[in-house]
Amino acid sequence: MLKIKNLHANIDGKEILNGIDLTVNAGEVHAIMGPNGSGKSTLASVIAGKEDFEVTEGEITMDNESIIEDSPEERAHKGIFLSFQYPVEIPGVSVTNFIKTSINESRKAQGLEEMGAKDMLKLLREKSELLGIDRKFLSRSLNEGFSGGEKKRNEIFQMAMLEPKLAILDETDSGLDIDALRVVANGVNTLKTKDNAVILITHYQRLLEYIVPDYVHVLHNGKIVKSGTKELALELEEKGYDWLKPESVV
Amino acid sequence: MAYTEEELKKELETKEYEYGFYTDIESDTFPAGLNEEIVIAISKRKEEPEWMTLWRLESFKIWKEMVEPEWPNVKYEKPDFQAISYYSAPNSKPKYDSLDEVDPELLDTFNRLGISLDEQKKLAGVAVDIVMDSVSVATTFKKTLAEKGIIFCSISEAIREHPELVKKYIGSVVPQKDNFYAALNSAVFSDGSFCYIPKGVRCPMELSTYFRINQAGTGQFERTLVIADEDSYVSYLEGCTAPSRDENQLHAAVVELIALDGAEIKYSTVQNWFPGNKEGKGGVYNFVTKRGICEKNAKISWTQVETGSAVTWKYPSCILKGDNSIGEFYSVAVTNNHQQADTGTKMIHLGKNTKSTIISKGISAGKSQNSYRGLVQVSSRAENARNFSQCDSLLMGNDCGAHAFPYIEVKNKSAMIEHEATTSKIGEDQIFYCNQRGIDTEKAIALIVNGFSKEVLNKLPMEFAVEAQKLLEISLEGSVG
Repeated sequence: MLKIKNLHANIDGKEILNGIDLTVNAGEVHAIMGPNGSGKSTLASVIAGKEDFEVTEGEITMDNESIIEDSPEERAHKGIFLSFQYPVEIPGVSVTNFIKTSINESRKAQGLEEMGAKDMLKLLREKSELLGIDRKFLSRSLNEGFSGGEKKRNEIFQMAMLEPKLAILDETDSGLDIDALRVVANGVNTLKTKDNAVILITHYQRLLEYIVPDYVHVLHNGKIVKSGTKELALELEEKGYDWLKPESVV
Repeated sequence: MAYTEEELKKELETKEYEYGFYTDIESDTFPAGLNEEIVIAISKRKEEPEWMTLWRLESFKIWKEMVEPEWPNVKYEKPDFQAISYYSAPNSKPKYDSLDEVDPELLDTFNRLGISLDEQKKLAGVAVDIVMDSVSVATTFKKTLAEKGIIFCSISEAIREHPELVKKYIGSVVPQKDNFYAALNSAVFSDGSFCYIPKGVRCPMELSTYFRINQAGTGQFERTLVIADEDSYVSYLEGCTAPSRDENQLHAAVVELIALDGAEIKYSTVQNWFPGNKEGKGGVYNFVTKRGICEKNAKISWTQVETGSAVTWKYPSCILKGDNSIGEFYSVAVTNNHQQADTGTKMIHLGKNTKSTIISKGISAGKSQNSYRGLVQVSSRAENARNFSQCDSLLMGNDCGAHAFPYIEVKNKSAMIEHEATTSKIGEDQIFYCNQRGIDTEKAIALIVNGFSKEVLNKLPMEFAVEAQKLLEISLEGSVG
């Protein structure tokens, strides 16, 4: 589904990604771990197409098509979804209105007609029940006055509504208490099918107790320095990251 | 009309504005300049009674003694009042029984503006009194209104047909000496609308007027007078577009609202005068005095969406004279490129238990400057006065400015005044967030701006709200990234 080859990216001339290789197939869950400043969030942003970053080398393909030249919205239309670490507030725009706009813009890009009000309502009801979301929540202004947990849950709700092929969850566990974490993780597990894929970006192993990854990658200085299965995460929990840093590996 | 080469060239250069075309209708235009003879000539041309002529002359005298105000937070080249022609009327027959008699070219102009009278009549249930330059050329739905005793006509007609009403109320809310532009307007007002709702009558449709500036160099001096008699209700819509001109056009209107005991007036404006080109050249100067007075248990609600004009100076206000009266002001003001706006409201609490609400939303983009200026005044007799004010500013980019000048004067201890203010910026983060959800940047800005303005847009009548939303989007096109 997603193939990243030798990806280099920088911001203001400072290199952050230093040759990333990663392949994610349909039905897989990948976890990307690493210490602060290792380039985890940058990788998520670059896949989503954030223009602050300049890709200097390498290739990203989605279903064997290059997306390097695509705008962020084009990538979204192709089924890439990013759950933000810090979701932004948009006052006066309700959760419902925002999601409706989002769905219809994607449909328009695919040459489909706008989704009718009845279908939209049905979908909203279905997905909010699935994730245990109070309907009152849907009429609130997007992320305005939301608690940390509500913001993250809203991200997962949008993901449920948009049904992306590839979901990248950027530090979705940060700032969540254990109950909120469980709710979010349940949501992700429920939405997982053999046709979609998930990339979990996280600093801690904690999230991986709830969402079990097929593969774990460790990022350091903008490079994947080690890949393995879920056992790698446990090892990291025990030993920290230091033993993987290139200077210690040498 | 003779054109110089220069004028013609200017004409061709200013084609960017969507509504910036010029209707070639034979016009009867006064020579430039202002003196007593001109004032008398205007009055004469409009077949006015003597009291009106004298009122105009008195206003002119007052105006001559006044100086242009310097206090607004706007910079512009002062108009040369002797270089303006103060009267211009389409030369065709001034009154029509049906639309068929109206100059086809004029009708074409209206069509290009998207004002189809027939459609408006049928679809929206709106009676349209169109003011093109200075003379009303078409009045519709008059009969339906007449059955209820509602008078809706041009102010000139009202001066002739209903002198007792005009004489009693004109200048009663905005006196001639109120300010420089009000005095000027009182002396030379060309035309405008008049509306009277009788006691206990609920006006069955939204009353609407479209204004246009047409002749090069003619300032427009509209005069509007709305009188809602006891326990009546009216919703009045005002929308404007103007053709582009290379020299600045002055627009100094006066609007007076009178809400008698238990009456309610809802006055909505969508203003889209030519704002000047991207470099800030040309554009309309909009110096407007709008004020209403509320008697006992009366309510006046101003809603405005301001997107146009090079310079705006405008403070729709309420004098809450009667006990238990209510004043409201809901405003969205957008400035882009080099536009400047200094706008807000005054709520003057005189009666007991009077309430006022101010919701002001300023959106600045480009190199524009957007100021809110508001006064909440509570007199010593106004027991239990309440005010809530909220002023929010939204900035787009780094070269624009938002300013707020709230004034509060309270002389009664029982008053309760609340003021909230926020300033925010459309951030790249917000845009990227929308982009990531498949929403392109232009649509994202529209979404954010409409969300920001929602409380005000919700106050507009349905059809107007949709138009206003589109106008906001068009006004801000290409202002981010």
